[in-house]
Amino acid sequence: MSSAVDPVIINLTVFVLAVVVGYHVVWNVTPALHTPLMAVTNAISGIIIVGAMLAAGPEQLDAGTVMGLIAVMLAAVNVFGGFLVTQRMLSMFKKKSK
Amino acid sequence: MSANFVALAYLIAAVLFILALKGLSSPISARRGNMFGMIGMAIAVLTTLTITQNLIYIALAIIVGGAVGAVVARRIQMTAMPELVAAMHSLVGLAAVLVAMSAFYNPVAYGISPLHASNLIELFIGTFVGAITFTGSIIAFGKLSGKLGSKPLHFAGQHWFNLFLGVVMIAFGIMFIFTESWTPFLIMIALALLLGVLLIMPIGGADMPVVVSMLNSYSGWAAAGIGFTLNNNMLIIAGSLVGSSGAILSYIMCKAMNRSFFNVILGGFGGGDSEAGGAGEVEQRPVRSGSADDAAFLMGNADSVIIVPGYGLAVARAQHAINEMAEHLIGKGVKVRYAIHPVAGRMPGHMNVLLAEAEVPYDQVLEMDEINNEFADTDVVLVIGANDVVNPAAKTDPNSPIYGMPIIDAHKARTILVVKRSMAVGYAGLDNDLFYLDKTMMVFGDAKKVVEDIIKSLQH
Repeated sequence: MSSAVDPVIINLTVFVLAVVVGYHVVWNVTPALHTPLMAVTNAISGIIIVGAMLAAGPEQLDAGTVMGLIAVMLAAVNVFGGFLVTQRMLSMFKKKSK
Repeated sequence: MSANFVALAYLIAAVLFILALKGLSSPISARRGNMFGMIGMAIAVLTTLTITQNLIYIALAIIVGGAVGAVVARRIQMTAMPELVAAMHSLVGLAAVLVAMSAFYNPVAYGISPLHASNLIELFIGTFVGAITFTGSIIAFGKLSGKLGSKPLHFAGQHWFNLFLGVVMIAFGIMFIFTESWTPFLIMIALALLLGVLLIMPIGGADMPVVVSMLNSYSGWAAAGIGFTLNNNMLIIAGSLVGSSGAILSYIMCKAMNRSFFNVILGGFGGGDSEAGGAGEVEQRPVRSGSADDAAFLMGNADSVIIVPGYGLAVARAQHAINEMAEHLIGKGVKVRYAIHPVAGRMPGHMNVLLAEAEVPYDQVLEMDEINNEFADTDVVLVIGANDVVNPAAKTDPNSPIYGMPIIDAHKARTILVVKRSMAVGYAGLDNDLFYLDKTMMVFGDAKKVVEDIIKSLQH
């Protein structure tokens, strides 16, 4: 163990494991909820907001930070819109009241 | 705050995202799952805030974007969900491109300076997937919302031209990796944007459920690709979850239409006038037709009724009426259920949401595979706004373009009622043998009007 593992390999490990987990979890989603699934994954893909915030992070405002700020705004639409519309849809699914 | 703390907070958020998806395995756990997702996102965003400056600008950007998202989420019609989803995919795509450009502009901000070849390759992949997602989703949005025609757009040598563009794009990507300069990077982005348009243009309206699922998947892969560049596990995990989800949905949709993924992507089907060979000419065959009163009589005296709704039901805004009708029938002691084909709506699971909105209890709504065995023991099937998904030719006629497509076995029921405007053909441009069976009765008219008439008749 003399040499450190390249971050690319660590990233790849995380990536492959996440795909495997995603595969199994998504196959268990009931087909009736596929539209809410899409809406919530829309919200989750809004995670790009984290990258956007890092881009907007450096104190000095320049082209890089401005692009970051625009990306933060776009991703925020997804995060809020995605989770709220999912919640709205899920609240419609009701069992027979009797 | 230390990088270790941030990484651990991201881990918690990642687990919460997985729980959010897991919750969707049943309508009972789904709302709690969504709550987990929100908490996960809040943790990810707040943690990231501790390691950035410009807090005021960032907060402002979040508030503006968040307010837009919240308003849209509140106002959007459920029939317009596919458009909303497509629009949101395009935002993720554009955000990914902007983050990638920003990372290349100022790698120090991400602690990835100097950029290694592996960073540049990852940057290239994340950027072009993001760019294709961006413009592809805009085209999909345009088609779904009717702002662009839903007909497939073709020109000669299209696929070869796309392939050529793709190769040129990759060439500029490689040039970017070797030169680390802006010119090939920007040309590569421009080509990817153009490719996004050209890839989605030739795909017809009926195939949009596949396209929307596919772009859903791309938006996830774009986020994951950016995560590789930034060495950010949060982006990689969340992006991969979304990517695999979209891929699985695309697969399910393709299977439900009995078409290969490549067949859909290469396009040309679903424009209403496909090359299926003059299928639009419907020969004149006798059908039995009846009134809403007849339909009410048949259903009112049945033991069991299965309703097969198609998107035509939503177009006619008849969901609430159909629920009222079902309640009347249940009041008369009839067992009422709904049978949903996977492509009944314009996106996966769309019909379930439309019925839920009309307050149809979800335990009355069954998937095709769950209910197909029960049609033989069912007195009356009411097909309303659906056509191709109940066409028995998919099982019996090897020459039919839809042969092999899984269908709802409505033809096995004792009596079949079909509510339809006219004898016009469906998406696939095919005549439907179901309409000519001796046990089938056609009720011609607008779906909502017919259902309301049935309700009136049931009340007497």
